[in-house]
Amino acid sequence: MGKLAIGVFPGLVGNMAYDFALKFAEAAKDKGHDVSIWMSGNATVSVKANQKHLLDYSTGEKHLLRLMEKGVEICTCEACTVARGIRKDEGIEGIQWSAMHWFLARVHSADRVFLIGGE
Amino acid sequence: MAEVKCAFVVQKPQYKGETSRLAITHAISYQTVEILLEDDDTVTPALCFIGEGVLGLEKGQQAAKDVYGISSTESHIMNSCLVDLEVLVCKEDMEKYGISEDSMPDAEEMGADVKVQVVPMADIKKRIDESRHVLVF
Repeated sequence: MGKLAIGVFPGLVGNMAYDFALKFAEAAKDKGHDVSIWMSGNATVSVKANQKHLLDYSTGEKHLLRLMEKGVEICTCEACTVARGIRKDEGIEGIQWSAMHWFLARVHSADRVFLIGGE
Repeated sequence: MAEVKCAFVVQKPQYKGETSRLAITHAISYQTVEILLEDDDTVTPALCFIGEGVLGLEKGQQAAKDVYGISSTESHIMNSCLVDLEVLVCKEDMEKYGISEDSMPDAEEMGADVKVQVVPMADIKKRIDESRHVLVF
């Protein structure tokens, strides 16, 4: 099985790219691949804890928790996240916080790299 | 030693386009990636500007001063040169938008050895072909 590094840049709202990225990551993990997700840009808004998953509203927490339970590694760009007013102690437990070199290190060891979304 | 070559391809203008700016900062971060890798492992990125990505690279930008109070793309490009990052700009796309090679910033006065290279698209394609991973912004 391979190693996948997935860079996720889109926000929760505006298009389905964020949703696709998480579904894609889950499908890859279910197939037995090692999957690492790097959250950057507007995607970092989704790492805040205590999201209320109301019907018809785009949220990320329960999906991210499910991915981590399955063994997907998730890290958020600290600069992008704090720039959006989210502190580390407000983040979802288990999600790593780091700088961009975290993603490059995963790129180094990855068999395939996917870059998804953005504005 | 495992060197992994990557190409960061920027095809959108940088101002108000967050991901195209993030492409630059992600590429620059290669300078510190080795703390997370095994001995002698390296990532060697190239930052390639094509299409509308060539817009917003010119020197003399005032964005960081009184105009918008944000960091300019120029300063990012200068930082790229300072950390010896390979920066390639598509010659044909610059001509398309009427941008001269002389207008490209450099960080020579700050001690940079590397300069922005304005090259034909064929050279950028060659660098992309040499890369193990291509990240398009």
